[in-house]
Amino acid sequence: MGSIKNLKKYQMFWPITALLLVLLFNFFFTPGFFKLEIKDGHLFGSLIDIINRGSPLMLLSIGLTLVIATGGTDISVGSTIAISAAVVASLVGGEMVFVDGMQEYVTLVPMPLAIIATLIIAILLGMWNGTLIAKLGIQPIIATMILMVAGRGIAQLITKGQIITIYYKPYFYFGGGYLLGLPFAIFIVGLVLLIIMLLVNKTALGLFVQSAGCNSSASKYAGIKVDRIKLIVYTLSGLCAGIAGILISSNIKSADANNAGLFIELDAILAVALGGNNMSGGKFSIPASIVGALVIQSITTTIYSIGVPPEITLVVKATVVIVICLLQSSEFRSMLSSLLQKKRGDQVENQTLSN
Amino acid sequence: MKNDNIVLTMRGICKYFPGVNALENIDFTLRKGEIHALMGENGAGKSTLIKVLTGVEKLNRGEIALCGKKILPKSTKDAQDIGISTVYQEVNLCSNLSVAENMFIGREPMKAGGIWWTEMNRRAAAALKRLNVDIDVTKTLDTYSVAIQQMVAIARAVDVDAKVLILDEPTSSLDENEANKLFETMVQLRNEGMGIIFVTHFLDQVYAVCDRITVLRNGELVGEYEIKDLPKVQLVAKMIGKDFDELNASFKNMSSVAHENDGEVLLEAKKLGKKGTIEPYDVVVYKGEVLGLAGLLGSGRTEMAKLLFGADHPDTGELHMEGNKRNITTPLDAIKHGIAYCPENRKSDGIIPDLSIRENIILALQSKRGWMKYIKRSEQEKIADVYIKLLSIKTPSPEKMVKELSGGNQQKVILARWLLTQPKLLILDEPTRGIDIGTKTEIQKLVVDFAKEGMSVIFISSELDEMIRTCSRMVVLRDRVKIAELRDQELETNVVMNTIAGGN
Repeated sequence: MGSIKNLKKYQMFWPITALLLVLLFNFFFTPGFFKLEIKDGHLFGSLIDIINRGSPLMLLSIGLTLVIATGGTDISVGSTIAISAAVVASLVGGEMVFVDGMQEYVTLVPMPLAIIATLIIAILLGMWNGTLIAKLGIQPIIATMILMVAGRGIAQLITKGQIITIYYKPYFYFGGGYLLGLPFAIFIVGLVLLIIMLLVNKTALGLFVQSAGCNSSASKYAGIKVDRIKLIVYTLSGLCAGIAGILISSNIKSADANNAGLFIELDAILAVALGGNNMSGGKFSIPASIVGALVIQSITTTIYSIGVPPEITLVVKATVVIVICLLQSSEFRSMLSSLLQKKRGDQVENQTLSN
Repeated sequence: MKNDNIVLTMRGICKYFPGVNALENIDFTLRKGEIHALMGENGAGKSTLIKVLTGVEKLNRGEIALCGKKILPKSTKDAQDIGISTVYQEVNLCSNLSVAENMFIGREPMKAGGIWWTEMNRRAAAALKRLNVDIDVTKTLDTYSVAIQQMVAIARAVDVDAKVLILDEPTSSLDENEANKLFETMVQLRNEGMGIIFVTHFLDQVYAVCDRITVLRNGELVGEYEIKDLPKVQLVAKMIGKDFDELNASFKNMSSVAHENDGEVLLEAKKLGKKGTIEPYDVVVYKGEVLGLAGLLGSGRTEMAKLLFGADHPDTGELHMEGNKRNITTPLDAIKHGIAYCPENRKSDGIIPDLSIRENIILALQSKRGWMKYIKRSEQEKIADVYIKLLSIKTPSPEKMVKELSGGNQQKVILARWLLTQPKLLILDEPTRGIDIGTKTEIQKLVVDFAKEGMSVIFISSELDEMIRTCSRMVVLRDRVKIAELRDQELETNVVMNTIAGGN
């Protein structure tokens, strides 16, 4: 009992419990959920699917964790995805070209160049947010709302209002390819996670982010350049969204300015919250947010695989999320336990009375 | 017969907030036709007392009686209905409504199911006329100056048939002429028999209009005095918290600061100033001395320190350190040049509550080194252990969150944070506020020790005896102007108090 109590202190405890609960549900109600198959040397199965589909969300939750740790928020990541998808698609997309009846893969510019250009644009978008918030003092939700609204318009301008289809086959590897039997997207997420974790834990960035989020005024007196820290985290968030945009456009082989990453910012914020991170800033855990993202993706996949009618999927998802949030709320838990204790107390009282 | 004269009595008022006794057994009496000043430093309990009286806060114990009848206001509206009106520091009227509308909002005279405009305007004009204000009441409020707006607020407060009028720092946004106009009005209302409670920080204004003074300190009643019995210096003494006579009798300088400054200058500020914050000042800090900044709250002590630390940007003057001109525009610049600053407000500007003691201690050193050169965890732990021992911080572990420590230990953590940067100049702004007496003396002793080791210290405190004990030289400020420098035998309580109060 004591060891469970100790476990509960860790931030990871509740997100992992939530994930296990969702998986447990599937164990009983979704036949074949845990089955892993090897086809053509690739692993297949619902679990792999969850990680693969959840890659963009995990990337976003990495960036957003840092943003939220400074006490801000970034609701423009969905639009950043749309813009970066539009940019990369228009640079590598191009036309289908046949030479001697064989399809030739041509790009407008070489693919590495296109990807670098896209990431630079994503970084610039993040810096735009960061500048509005850190230098001009606009409230984060409003500042990023500007890009959230305008971003889809910019993406439409880039795609000229069309859905750009990508024909260049090597590009599909990012979102659909396999390495060592696993989806390549997982490796991208792993690499980004590794780099950011190194940045956070091996430099003082993590300490400064927590300090700025916890008490920005005191941090300034201690010599921390809080506005620079904010600029950095919003830039990182933009970069993560840019990478997510590349994964998504590669996976669906097109760029849809209207629908790419639509409402994903809400899922990403939810992932950070499910990870047990405080929305008002301060202490944070990126791995916990990743688990949060996996919980959301598991719910989505579960809903599809048990065949919930499409018109009520959102309601089901909402209900599950509410239950998980209630479980995480310590107030609700103490309310519940005091209620249970009261009941037990009543029973004891009844027993003594009957005796 | 005596009772006829009394409008309001408050007896044994107690108000507790979690962890703080905001008011402890306060008595207050207001007579008919008097202006009664409520004085005290910040946190003395003035505003809490006003809040209890006007129903904003509920009192825990005590009795309030208005004209002999026991009352217990539950809201400001409640208080207003029984005759207690308040005018706050900020004019809280609607600037886009007309003067008359502002005065009668919520109690408009009605006629035939609509507002009776002519009557309302007539009554508004009449009420203002009574205060010698002759303006067009149909114009919107924002067409008039703040002073007139203040008058409108008072006229509104008086018009609701008030017996008690509370003016909570009404002059802080007024210039001298406007303030004088307000005083005329106050005197007139007094002569009409109203009881007025006047809350202000400005000593001169108290002596200009008030009849009686009640002084509070740390939530306790110091006493009630007739204005003619209480010279300004004594008022300051009562506010700061030392009985003047007792101090005057004999308070030998206990300080053992061997201060023979060999003339080596560490820092020199030349005409450093910022408009609206602090008038340009010259200050020299010698190596190994403890320089005190004395003055009442709001006199510019903190503002002076903030300019030196780069937390505020001066718009005039320059700063020299060890003979070289330095351009310090951010706290980080200051830290790199060897200046450290313990801010006045420990909770909002000092501690990072959710971080551990270890992390709080290394924070300033880390920002001095830059984010790339992260101090190794093992080294951090070593540093934390050393300083926990050195300053005897009471904690079971360096990993404990700072918010779980007591105030005194939190202050020591901040002190450790700055000592770690090995500053040449340590600025301490109210380092002992809200700290138990034992830790207080500990910190005072540390300050003197630092100076002996060659560190220069600027010491700011509202407690005069503490200043006199620790400082070897003192700069006195009043109303955001540096007015004097005291040294050697001038460092005596009554001299300092006289200087702070600005003569009698």
